[in-house]
Amino acid sequence: MDDSITLKGIKEGLLVTVKPDGRWSDLANRLITLIDAQGNFFKGAQVTLSLGPRELRRQDLAAMQKLLEQRGITLRAVLSESDITLDAARKLALPTSLQVAELAAAPSEALELRPPPIDPEEPGLPGVLVKRTLRAGRTVHSDGHVVVLGDVNAGAVVVAGGDIVVWGRLRGTVHAGAYGDESAVVCALHLAPTQLRIAGYITISPEDRNRKPRPEKALVRNGRIEAVPWE
Amino acid sequence: MGARVITITSGKGGVGKTTATANLAVALANMGKKVVCIDADIGLRNLDIVMGLENRIVYDLVDVVEGRCKLRQALVKDKRVPDLYLLPAAQTRDKTAVSPQDMVMLTTQLRNECDFILIDSPAGIEWGFRNALAPADEVIVITNPEASAVRDADRIIGLVEAEPRKVPISLVINRAKADMIRKGDMLSVNDILDILSTPLLGVIPEDEQIIVSTNKGSPLTLDNQKGPAAEAFRDIARRITGAKVPIAELEHKQGGFLHRLSRLFRRSGA
Repeated sequence: MDDSITLKGIKEGLLVTVKPDGRWSDLANRLITLIDAQGNFFKGAQVTLSLGPRELRRQDLAAMQKLLEQRGITLRAVLSESDITLDAARKLALPTSLQVAELAAAPSEALELRPPPIDPEEPGLPGVLVKRTLRAGRTVHSDGHVVVLGDVNAGAVVVAGGDIVVWGRLRGTVHAGAYGDESAVVCALHLAPTQLRIAGYITISPEDRNRKPRPEKALVRNGRIEAVPWE
Repeated sequence: MGARVITITSGKGGVGKTTATANLAVALANMGKKVVCIDADIGLRNLDIVMGLENRIVYDLVDVVEGRCKLRQALVKDKRVPDLYLLPAAQTRDKTAVSPQDMVMLTTQLRNECDFILIDSPAGIEWGFRNALAPADEVIVITNPEASAVRDADRIIGLVEAEPRKVPISLVINRAKADMIRKGDMLSVNDILDILSTPLLGVIPEDEQIIVSTNKGSPLTLDNQKGPAAEAFRDIARRITGAKVPIAELEHKQGGFLHRLSRLFRRSGA
């Protein structure tokens, strides 16, 4: 394992430490390859380069800054024990210590958001979120819930072990509670399915197509599927 | 880059893909564009019949792909318009004789030599459709105001949208009958757009002249023929080239008494 470059998350963003031995051009290439291998993962990151006693010229640093910028990464500061490198960094107006960098970047720093721990009493069911319209021929299947942000067109099929929520028009075939859960529901902004099933019950949409569309919820009540206003 | 490669497809058969390809190709050629049509319906070729070029075919698309002739040799020139060529499909083979890569290669060779490449896709969603879709820069989906055709169009649009590269899709509604739509016996343009939510490129009214022209092998857009379908095809061709041509509101066309009166005047005036 090559340890000439190490990446570490710090309060100020990402600390990239480059070992002082080896040719800079090779190491620079290796760093960019490392970043590119992660896709867009580092996009928007703030990078501090720690170079040890290595001597770098201004154009070397400027080239690296440009390569990082092309990937949406900001070179935030350069840490070095070499006066030549420090001088080069200053010429590019780059901070040479973390403290200064912190002051410079302080106003734009976002608050760190950590999700709260999961409440073991409310584990919920896993689900699938579909952020587009399901056209004819598409099938979505989930053991948990299915949420569709878009329409479910006629000819599309959604099968869920739990509930089905369609934030749009539901015109296709849906089956909620597919493993026998009769408490499962189907909600849609416009409920007009080709066929709607909940657990072992099956129904089709009533014929009166001229009804004004409104959000509705289908559920099993008194041994049959009923649609009630979704509030 | 050069040419724009436009694939015309529908999912369902018989909605007018081939007729639309032929008419749009002629309309574009009449506007001074250099157009090549490719019939991707290997084994069931008929774009050549609709275009009236059947008796001039020597080589076909499969001959080119399998290296029996040069691409240039297989192109059939339509002598009635300035710059229109047809690359015919093979009559004897089936879709598997050509691969999507072959289609990309063919269009790459043609791109620098023309303005438009129109690909007439076969019906269905299998191999032949994949061949037709592979080189497309744009896709035109043809549908009819019938529930089954709209359902298949929806399926096709879904398949095109699922492509990793983003291919713009537009919709042409063919064989619309104003009187039936007005009576509520046929899906209206708005009903269809409501289901498909795809940009509308044009509406072609039902027109008996189409059958005549198809049988004669002489597309309606030749010789500036009049008639509702011919005009609708020419409008679509102009929209393809970027012109802002409003889409005539079919439902109102033969609306009230005044409309009928004005139509009467226009007809006697023409």
